[in-house]
Amino acid sequence: MGADPVLEALAAACPAARAARPEDAVAGVMPRFAASPATVAEASELLRAAAAHDLAVVPRGGGSKLAWGAPPRRCDLVVDTRAMDQVLEHAAGDLVVRAQAGASLAQLGEVLAGAGQQLALDPPPVPRAVAGTRGGSGAGASAGSEAPSGANGAAPQWRGATVGGTLATGAAGPRRLRYGTPRDLLIGITVVRADGTVAHSGGKVVKNVAGYDLGKLFTGSFGTLGLIVEAVFRLHPRPASAAYVTVDCDGPGEAYYAVAAAAGSELAPSAIELDRPARDQPFRVAVLLEGDPDGTAERTGLMGTLLGKGAATQPAAPGWWGWPANGQPRHGQPGNGQPGGGQPGSSQLSDSRPSDSRPSDSRPSDSRPSDSQPGDGRSGAGQPGGAADAGQAGTLIRIGFWAAGLPRILRAVDAAALAAGLDPAVGGSAAAGVIYAAVGPGADPAAVAAFVSGLREALARGDGDARPASAPVPDGPPVLASAVVVHAPPRARDLMDLWGPVPSLSLMRAVKDQFDPGHRMAPGRFAGGI
Amino acid sequence: MIKQLIPRMTEICGPDGVITDPAELRTYETDGLTSHRVTPALVVLPRTAEEVAAVVAECAAAKVPFVARGSGTGLSGGALPHAEGVLIVTSKMRRIIAVDPASQRAVVEPGCTNLSVSEAARPFGYFYAPDPSSQVVCSVGGNVAENSGGAHCLKHGFTVHHITGLEIVTPSGELTWLGDGTGAAPGYDLLGAFTGSEGTLGIVTKVVVKLTKIPQLVKCLLAAFETTGAGGNAVSAIIGAGIVPAAIEMMDALAIEAAEAAVSCRYPEGAGAVLIVELDGPQGDVERECAAVRALCEQAGATEIREADDPAERAAIWVGRRSAFAAVGRIAPAYIVQDGVVPRTALGAVLDRIAELSAESGIRVANVFHAGDGNLHPLVLYDDSVPGAAETAETVSGAILDLCITHGGSITGEHGVGVDKSQYLPKMFDADDLDTMQLLRCAFDPASLCNPGKIFPTPRLCGEVPGARRAPHPLVASGQADQF
Repeated sequence: MGADPVLEALAAACPAARAARPEDAVAGVMPRFAASPATVAEASELLRAAAAHDLAVVPRGGGSKLAWGAPPRRCDLVVDTRAMDQVLEHAAGDLVVRAQAGASLAQLGEVLAGAGQQLALDPPPVPRAVAGTRGGSGAGASAGSEAPSGANGAAPQWRGATVGGTLATGAAGPRRLRYGTPRDLLIGITVVRADGTVAHSGGKVVKNVAGYDLGKLFTGSFGTLGLIVEAVFRLHPRPASAAYVTVDCDGPGEAYYAVAAAAGSELAPSAIELDRPARDQPFRVAVLLEGDPDGTAERTGLMGTLLGKGAATQPAAPGWWGWPANGQPRHGQPGNGQPGGGQPGSSQLSDSRPSDSRPSDSRPSDSRPSDSQPGDGRSGAGQPGGAADAGQAGTLIRIGFWAAGLPRILRAVDAAALAAGLDPAVGGSAAAGVIYAAVGPGADPAAVAAFVSGLREALARGDGDARPASAPVPDGPPVLASAVVVHAPPRARDLMDLWGPVPSLSLMRAVKDQFDPGHRMAPGRFAGGI
Repeated sequence: MIKQLIPRMTEICGPDGVITDPAELRTYETDGLTSHRVTPALVVLPRTAEEVAAVVAECAAAKVPFVARGSGTGLSGGALPHAEGVLIVTSKMRRIIAVDPASQRAVVEPGCTNLSVSEAARPFGYFYAPDPSSQVVCSVGGNVAENSGGAHCLKHGFTVHHITGLEIVTPSGELTWLGDGTGAAPGYDLLGAFTGSEGTLGIVTKVVVKLTKIPQLVKCLLAAFETTGAGGNAVSAIIGAGIVPAAIEMMDALAIEAAEAAVSCRYPEGAGAVLIVELDGPQGDVERECAAVRALCEQAGATEIREADDPAERAAIWVGRRSAFAAVGRIAPAYIVQDGVVPRTALGAVLDRIAELSAESGIRVANVFHAGDGNLHPLVLYDDSVPGAAETAETVSGAILDLCITHGGSITGEHGVGVDKSQYLPKMFDADDLDTMQLLRCAFDPASLCNPGKIFPTPRLCGEVPGARRAPHPLVASGQADQF
């Protein structure tokens, strides 16, 4: 049996290089090799060796978002960052942390919480067991006062989310409204280019305009420009307390009114989230307010008054909070794509939602994390990438829009879904101009594709246009909304353009050509087929 | 060569939009970094994005370099003209195109002053948060180029955090949009990479900004300390208490003296340092935080504390700080403004070392800084009529930057690299870093015509063909084939 010279070359660069196993598949595409570099130097040598053998390289971290984006056109080597999992430096006095790309957000959160600080990104939340808060609130910080979480702390598939993966996908959750998204919190980055060159930009201080900001470029780039190996973030203090003010609304107009009232208030909300599990359900709006205990109490009272009749305050996040960032799938009617309806699908094993009062009618095909689609190489729960893929087995669409367009966007979603015979769950960070629509895995792929293309046509027509019809703005951006398919089951995925139209695509291609002339980094995963 | 462009430029921008008279051209020879002067070969003032695009297309076709200029207030020479190039001035493009408070957005032209955006948003209860000291004059386009900050960026962030869409003219003369105003557009974040690229990747022709709700209450505290060390301790205590003020500024005794001479700000007499802390947000929160900050300052040894919450009183506290740069002109004939950053926790040590440098060299240094984020503005004072003084001042200035780098900071927190600090960039970044950054430049501006000579001390050759191999073909390497 002859040794594989390519594997030998990879192993010479990175000892932890091996032939690929089934669980190394990326969105159903099997690589030939997998490697876990333990240092930046190893990662650099590894990529250099990969370049010498013309290998297509796909980076991965925890695998929680491997199903996002299109499957790679080529995949020879999967580079697993989880051997580089250290939190390197936490300068608490400067509110800065430096971590390796394979460090999990959960682990990072624990380290930071110990000093009363946080990386203000959702997900995942800081585990409830961590009691550390800064002075002022005492040891009595209640269970409800941590950052928002799903039912039992981080949902299993999100505990593995890594720094690198979060940056590469640009994933953000409810608190993007106040704190921004990963690109807003990143202040320094180290990357390895496709040819093995190691490069840095930014640094360890928040105020820094020296040189170009490669961190912005790499954030959200899905591994197509190179491998992220280290990141430096700015931090925030953990608030001493938090509370949620919720209200139910009938229809898009009322929902918009509540969202806009909260967003336009002087009460400094940290997040404003929307949720509607199915078309015949009301919209639920929840506003997160954080701060010192007196301030939070004061502002939640005022917010309750502002949101009016039916507003309620609770210390813990609603069970649906943070969806889909919290990893809880929110499928719509189990009968998606079929005539008639059914009970609303309950979608998680251990999901206890304090504010849910509907019967949980668990449909096997919707909710078992060990589900896997035939032919896509995913294994069951407990395997790396398995639970994550299964938990996200449906179709998730992210819609970006100008916040004033919310009612029109919601109506456009409903119209396109109805036309396609679907009833997606809808919700998200409405005040921040980002919402999601989720369709269960059992839906007819053609219907899903029709939904997405119908929605995009409506957005292109300006159906989601935030500009009042009577006073068009002639000189703004030509398109004010976008719909991206974050993930979809393979049969639906194959029928769709996942990313949709992309502004300045030719410039993006030029950037790609400069950073990865051989087109070997995660080819085909990204917008425009990049 | 450039004379051949004049008729076409006149067609594009109109006769009032082209300047050829040598005396007039000289008025554009410098921006806010007055130590560097270059007279442009031609100045044009386009009125619309289409005119900017046409101008750039002409330059690209003729292979003539071009530089964009907003209000010319930049402090790193980013708008320093090219002697054989065209200076494209955006001051005729000052429309506030739209304000959309329900979406918390506004669309503006690049020549608008920073403050004019806040003024347009104010009736709706919003403002534009990045607020450089020059905001009455500086342009939004310039803010985008430099990723400008301002005193309140400690809490509110800098320009890049408040831009969600840019229409640009690419260096080949095409109009295109980066982002769509939502902040969630698909594709690479070219918008984020372009912001802060100092005019080297294209010219901004429209800006979609995020608007911020005007806070319910703003309170300002002025605290006097005997030493900058004591002031620094107060800052550490404030940050350590989990408070995030909107701004924390510090001035040392020399800076206070200058400000007093210039604007009679009447800061507490004899103070070794003053701290200005501004808090904004919901009323109850601000009042509680203000009390906490006051207590922390007292504990740190504040000798006097003043509080202000109405705009006039607050302005009176700020006037000394805002005048500081210009004010040092009263106490020294010439000065160099620095813009280094150190981790906040290293401020004390760095200030001590700056004092040593000053004593050793005989060059006075007045310190004004954003104490909350470690962004220093040492004002290196000298008498340019004394032989050798300018060189010594430059040496001290460079030593301060070295100090910033040694402490893990940055050579520029908000003014940009421009021409002023390109020599120092290799101290922060190695050759691979700079090479990688310049891949971006090659993607946008392969012909190197767009604000050339700025930022990078050594330009990268953009000629590499995509797909070119950097290693032997695998078959050749493994001995299975020859290449001939």
